[in-house]
Amino acid sequence: MSVVARLDEAKAARRGTPLIAFNGTTLRLGGKTIIEQLDLEVRPGEFVCIVGASGCGKTTALRLAAGLYRPSEGAVTFNGEPMTEPRREVAVVFQDYGKALLPWRTAAGNISLALEASRVPSRERNGRIDALLRKVGLPGHADKYPTEMSGGMQQRLQIARCLAQEPTTLLMDEPFGALDAMTRQGLQDEVLSLTQASRTTVIFVTHDLDEAIYLGDRVIGLLPHPGRIGIEIDVNLPRPRDQLATREHPEFLRLRRQLFDFIKATEH
Amino acid sequence: MTLARAKPVLLPAAALLAFELWARLSHLQSDSLAPPSAIVVALGAAIGDLSILAATRDTLFAAFVGLAAGGGIGLMLGVAFGISRPLDRLMEVTIEAIRPIPSIALLPIALISLGFGYRMEIVIVAFACVWPMLILTRAAVRSIEPRLMEVSRALRLSPAQRIAKIVIPAALPRIFVAFRLSAGIALIVAVTVEIAINPLGLGAGIMLAQQALRADLMLAYLVWIGVIGYALNILLIAAQRRLFGRAALAGDNT
Repeated sequence: MSVVARLDEAKAARRGTPLIAFNGTTLRLGGKTIIEQLDLEVRPGEFVCIVGASGCGKTTALRLAAGLYRPSEGAVTFNGEPMTEPRREVAVVFQDYGKALLPWRTAAGNISLALEASRVPSRERNGRIDALLRKVGLPGHADKYPTEMSGGMQQRLQIARCLAQEPTTLLMDEPFGALDAMTRQGLQDEVLSLTQASRTTVIFVTHDLDEAIYLGDRVIGLLPHPGRIGIEIDVNLPRPRDQLATREHPEFLRLRRQLFDFIKATEH
Repeated sequence: MTLARAKPVLLPAAALLAFELWARLSHLQSDSLAPPSAIVVALGAAIGDLSILAATRDTLFAAFVGLAAGGGIGLMLGVAFGISRPLDRLMEVTIEAIRPIPSIALLPIALISLGFGYRMEIVIVAFACVWPMLILTRAAVRSIEPRLMEVSRALRLSPAQRIAKIVIPAALPRIFVAFRLSAGIALIVAVTVEIAINPLGLGAGIMLAQQALRADLMLAYLVWIGVIGYALNILLIAAQRRLFGRAALAGDNT
């Protein structure tokens, strides 16, 4: 390694090199500006939640981070490289699990799709599929079709398929928006334990402010028309988080008030 | 219960009986009509001496080879045009200019270049089968859930994997409907070519009976062609249910 490179690395470490960075990112679709001049840096291992009123461009920001959209201006970088197309180390969990899963494949088959994409040899696949199904709490459901599973189970399956990519980064688009409250809380804790254990970086889009504070290290509130950052809150709540203790924490309540006030203000 | 099931059959059965009685009582002498009993006897004889079975084999051979060739081309073009809008727009005028040509209008050209026999018939059947397959496959591919295409991008499937693992399976139930439609067309076109000019198969059989003034045999061929077409459709519907019961179900839910 050259001296210059080593110096650069040292400098980067001091700054805390972002894993994902939006630099003056603007996205226009069909003559409409959806996102304008977005600047956001996500550090490795960080859990960042994005909230905002509907139509504020939260999902669009996530798609930019995933490489599913290319910015009209500015850049989105991953590890310093421009994110012009999806990468294998970045996995996307879509909200509509019912549409994102292949209805003609079993649970095992759906996970297998990610392994086939990564060209994992077929004799290794079964073992890895079993391990992934256990990891997301679906052991023994390998031969079920998505239509035979509940919403919560389908979303677990989609998460398992994403984990099969062995991603360093998970991008989650309102993943629990369509689930009932109990299922949602269970999955929140599972996502936390899965991602904290492996130091996975997460960008999590949600319209549920409590969920954002409960999960995140940082919460970004977007302003609508066009989408831009309106508020940025560091969440200094102790980890591991607990559904009762964390949600009763005075700091949680303070942040919750702050975020609600922000969202209310954007709606006028 | 049994009466309810018998009801749809009652009317045609009564009509056949009435026709039989009328033909017997009026001592029918005709080049185009024959009493049902005579048609059954003629059909029995044609099956007995295997002539109608040999003709069926010839017609189905030409129809199926034409279906395979034309359907295959239509499928490939349909997938390509369904996936790529620019390609579809590039080819739109060409396709729409060729498609309205009735396949049977190709007969004179095909006859000159290929002569009588299977090859000419197969080419015309194939031409007729390309279009329903192309149009319906293209529509099926376009109507694939866009989220699935995004999933395939996010998982970084290669273009070949995307077609084999997402596009074809997702569109397959509707592609099979197109195949069923094309199979019916293949049979119609094959028989038409045989009736018009090609001296083989069921179409040639029906023409031979007509020219021999054998109304009973001619109508026996007609009934038999109907039976073959009906059986083919029943077979394909059963295959569709068996193959796509689940996928069709899932498709209905979304």
